[in-house]
Amino acid sequence: MADLASPGPALAALDVLRAMGFDPVVPADAGCCGQPAFNTGQPRAAAPVLRHTVGAFEGCDAIVTVAGSCAAMVAHNGPALVPAASGFVRRMWEFTQFVAAFGAGLPLHLDATVTYHDGCHMTRVLGERTTPRELLSRIDGLRVVEMVDPDGCCGFGGTFAVKFPELSAAMADVKLDHAAATEVDWIVSADPGCLVHLSGRAGATGRALPTRHIAEIVRDALVPAGVTA
Amino acid sequence: MTAPSEQGRAGSRPSSTALIGTERVSLSHPEWAGAEIPPGTRRLPLISADAVRRPGVGHTRERLEALGRERASGVWTPEAAARRERGAEIRRETLKDMSGHLDRLCASLEANGAIVHRVSTPEQAREAVGQVARDHGVSLVAKSKSMATEEIHLTPYLNGLGIDVVETDLGEYIVQAAGQRPSHIVGPALHLSKDDVTHLFADLNGAPVSDRPDDLAAFARARLRADFKAAQMGICGVNFAAADTGTLVVVTNEGNADMVTSQPDVLVAVMPIEKVVPRLSDVGVLVPLLSDTANKQFVTTYQTWLSGPRDPDAGGDGPRELHVVIFDNGRSDVLGTPLEEVLCCIRCGNCQFACPVFRTMGGGHGYASIYGGPIGAVLSPVIGGHSADADLPFMSSLCGACADACPVKIPIPDLLVDLRNRYVEEHPRPVEDAGWRAWSLAWSTRVGYAASMIGARAASVVPGGILRRLPLVSTWASVRSLPSFTGAGAVRRAARKKDGHDR
Ligand code: SF4
Repeated sequence: MADLASPGPALAALDVLRAMGFDPVVPADAGCCGQPAFNTGQPRAAAPVLRHTVGAFEGCDAIVTVAGSCAAMVAHNGPALVPAASGFVRRMWEFTQFVAAFGAGLPLHLDATVTYHDGCHMTRVLGERTTPRELLSRIDGLRVVEMVDPDGCCGFGGTFAVKFPELSAAMADVKLDHAAATEVDWIVSADPGCLVHLSGRAGATGRALPTRHIAEIVRDALVPAGVTA
Repeated sequence: MTAPSEQGRAGSRPSSTALIGTERVSLSHPEWAGAEIPPGTRRLPLISADAVRRPGVGHTRERLEALGRERASGVWTPEAAARRERGAEIRRETLKDMSGHLDRLCASLEANGAIVHRVSTPEQAREAVGQVARDHGVSLVAKSKSMATEEIHLTPYLNGLGIDVVETDLGEYIVQAAGQRPSHIVGPALHLSKDDVTHLFADLNGAPVSDRPDDLAAFARARLRADFKAAQMGICGVNFAAADTGTLVVVTNEGNADMVTSQPDVLVAVMPIEKVVPRLSDVGVLVPLLSDTANKQFVTTYQTWLSGPRDPDAGGDGPRELHVVIFDNGRSDVLGTPLEEVLCCIRCGNCQFACPVFRTMGGGHGYASIYGGPIGAVLSPVIGGHSADADLPFMSSLCGACADACPVKIPIPDLLVDLRNRYVEEHPRPVEDAGWRAWSLAWSTRVGYAASMIGARAASVVPGGILRRLPLVSTWASVRSLPSFTGAGAVRRAARKKDGHDR
């Protein structure tokens, strides 16, 4: 998903990781976690794709993903689908968790107001609600305005979005209404899937409500070396 | 407001007072919200699209969202969390020896003087109830709320035998009079507004009625009282059936189950097998758990405990004859499989309040199934005779709010994915399945993956008008703008540039 329709978050994450002093690589074989097939009832199609991706990251000390939902998929279903995935899961970090753990000293500054949308799988499967907010709160100048039901589903749901387009869009409208009420500059999330869906719906309904991945926000907030935040 | 006529009591074959005037009801509803779903009308994508466009659906959604925040947030206080753990354990203990507990329940019920009908199919369950009604020359039945009787389509069957059946739970009475089916397990009329109910009751009354909630309730109460007095038979559901004592527990907030189970001379309790619990003491955990999740109460206002028919020598109250119909309807088939978890359900309706799909459609009618919402999407495809509901598990975004809200910890999203897999295996769709195979083949090799990225970039220079004609793309783009694919594969290219540190 990140590589196909939404490369911005992953590119931003690479910048952030470099600013933290790491030397990130994207293995030539890195690909998809298999979630689209798995959740549509096609585990046999999902397994080879996940196996290929798991194999690609052999030898990496830490695996950082900018898609909370993919992280949740691999953690929750990976090992049962592809046994080798359990080692992957042990080394896997969701982007905000990695930055929170290893980027404590990173100076961050960005003058903006944002509202944060909790992606469902990151929130409920990984149980991660607080780290993204803590990371945002570390950015000097950034103001977070909570929307109503920040953890309410945006209606994406993978293939659900194309099997039930009107229903999925109606759910996006609810989310966009709640987000619009906060009158912020950006809707931020840690999940590119939600963001592609929400910005697509906002675009189709003529709303000026830009979305931004949390990795892009952090990248934008990086203070160049030598400048004090 | 005119007083209900006493016509129900006149004559040797009493008929319903509460249902007088139903032929005047003008409140309309879509076909898929009706009491029975006409065969061949069930196309989920179309129905769900209709449901989200229905006038007034936004108000219902907001009401459901408010209830969801209050009752189904997925946040459990330490005390509630402990009760939830205990409840979840009791339900799984029940599953481990379902047939043993059922045998013990039947023996206890019989020892208490009840007549047990343990049957397999909905037809057998209906016939068992119908036979009791015929044996007693019944023409009017007072019924308390029961999803189990909905599942076996009991009311239309009894109507076919010339018997009036009156729903005595206020919400159920409202949907019955409106010719609809319940839209929520515990709040059957949640999709209707106060205005809807005022109009409905005015139609029933044949004259205007006050729109004050107390007056509306009083109108229903007066009509239902007449039927409680005249009914020769009561039908109730069962919330919990204790195997050790044969006690049937029914909870309500209106006391109507007390009336149904104490006034008529004959009572039939209808339950699917999973209502059994090993011990009466388990009710001490499960009733507070159910009341708290369903209604934010420690216990419901009324609890009806049935321990057998009236003892003619000792006087006392209750029915002279107590029948218990226990049906299976395909449930035993999933015992021992991961899907058995669905039988832990205590029908609290919390997963429905929590569900954004359910809320956005303004309730459960859009599921075109007896059981709507997350629990419906896993239960309906599992129970027998409902193969029409096999594709229901796809109507979920898998957000997981249901599992967090479930008081007995049913992993609903996992079951939905299992059922999707079962559906795919049982319903081969050559084009779609081949598509997934091709995708799998491509994305499990470096060359195939790179080719698809090049393909996506190429697609981005194709004019949108042409792109939008592709099947998947057109569905996506029917309600959203298309994302740009110009950057497809950029992540890998960026990382490959060793000194691409500047941006
Ligand atoms: S599945 Fe759980 S939340 Fe849903 S009705 Fe059953 S017990 Fe309640």
